Amino acid sequence: MAHRIVILGGGTGGTLTANRLRRRYRASEASITVVDHDDRHVYQPGLLFVPFGLAHPEDIVRSRRRQLADGVEFVEAAVDHLDTDHDTVHLEGGASLPYDVLVVATGAVLATDETPGLTGDGWMEKVFTFYSLEGAAALEAALTRFERGRLVVNVVDMPIKCPVAPLEFCFLADWYFHERGVRDQVEIVYVTPLDGAFTKPTASRALAGLLAEKNVELVTEFNTGEVDGAGNRLVGYDGREVPFDLAVVVPAHGGAPWVGRSPGLGDSLDFVPADLHTLQAEAKPNVFAIGDATNLPASKAGSVTHFEGEVLVENVARFLAGEPLDATYDGHANCFIETGFHKALLIDFNYDTEPLPGHFPAQVGLPLLKESRLNHLGKLMFQWFYWHGLLPGRDIPGITPAMPAAGKAALASH
Amino acid sequence: MTTKTLDGVAVDVNDEGFFEHPEQWTEAMAPVLAKEQGIDTLTDRHWTVLRFMRKEYAEHGTGPTVRVLGKTSGVSVKELYELFPKGPAKLAARIAGIPKPRGCI
Repeated sequence: MAHRIVILGGGTGGTLTANRLRRRYRASEASITVVDHDDRHVYQPGLLFVPFGLAHPEDIVRSRRRQLADGVEFVEAAVDHLDTDHDTVHLEGGASLPYDVLVVATGAVLATDETPGLTGDGWMEKVFTFYSLEGAAALEAALTRFERGRLVVNVVDMPIKCPVAPLEFCFLADWYFHERGVRDQVEIVYVTPLDGAFTKPTASRALAGLLAEKNVELVTEFNTGEVDGAGNRLVGYDGREVPFDLAVVVPAHGGAPWVGRSPGLGDSLDFVPADLHTLQAEAKPNVFAIGDATNLPASKAGSVTHFEGEVLVENVARFLAGEPLDATYDGHANCFIETGFHKALLIDFNYDTEPLPGHFPAQVGLPLLKESRLNHLGKLMFQWFYWHGLLPGRDIPGITPAMPAAGKAALASH
Repeated sequence: MTTKTLDGVAVDVNDEGFFEHPEQWTEAMAPVLAKEQGIDTLTDRHWTVLRFMRKEYAEHGTGPTVRVLGKTSGVSVKELYELFPKGPAKLAARIAGIPKPRGCI
């Protein structure tokens, strides 16, 4: 009988997994089903550009179904819960889907309700997020009207999707207000729960330097207890206050709510605990997880999902064949950081190696941890590659899932 | 890494004062560590959090973040800040003798 492979989530991870698996198995060997609650696939890296008018909402949304290869079935339905004891997905409305292997790819959701006041007074008027399509679009209109005052960019809690995006937002805001000739009338403040600009020491220092250079104030170790829209201030749990005229808040994140309704599957934030190197879920051997949905100590980012994809697909196949799993995912992440003025930075790292200076992927390549125009072009080109290379499940020539050491000065001697 | 003496026992701590080897920690050391951080008396509520931190570390290899503590320890985030002002996750990890929480990537 053909294997039944069910993939929950038709975003980056679910789509690339389905397409890679479809190439791996003939139709007679496996059925592949992707489930998602809607048919709107958002190119999430594009959300950063929408508030500045550098991308339009309709340009970054496509049909989920149409990104899937022929022979992949798409079910448009919300998941109610997973019953791992009976290898069955229960959908809202009562239908159910039995499986031999399940892949969890339902990403992360914004937990706006975890921060008192966030969606209260002033929400979508002077308190926004650019982490949703509606939020990013509404923020564009608000920025257009903003000519003077204090713009506060606040990360509520980690982990978040694309941990560099809020920094990029600050850099692009600096550029945006410069272009409009009002930069000297706008204060930009970056408020983070971390003890520095970023999580990893070398990159944190480099990024803190860039914030200072661009005259962005940095407030660290701030745990947002309340967003007081009426009082125009963020209030920290430790009593500190940060006043704002316009607040751009990245809400706390959690896994998909259905994970919380599925006994034994998720952690306290509804992320799915999985093996760091094989991506097999702790819940049961025939369940795997990919991308933002996992609890892995890797960035929640498309590049991570892309690199995980190859190992995941191999392991689904090995599991179905009764072979030992491939434990080679190393936490590799690779992120362009837009710094404005047609420039960008590139960082490349994994579980063990923090982002270091040098070049990617080898000594001749894109500069790492350093602003350049080439990196900016790389980021722009990536959108084309996302739809035409990454989602169809193609490899990038010369770019492997494992982090390359060549080109990183500090590692070259190893 | 440096060595310091707590309750008559030599323990290894890192540059920031977090334990390198959580197994060297004993409950008798906690009041001394707390005083160093400006907490004069450890109440039952403090101990609820400290024991939870030890348990989480033993199970997951890292201390929880404030948000996870608030969801799972039985002590709200607001109260956590009252018990351990200026950052419950780090302060409680320090007093409970476990490494600095990895927190986030």
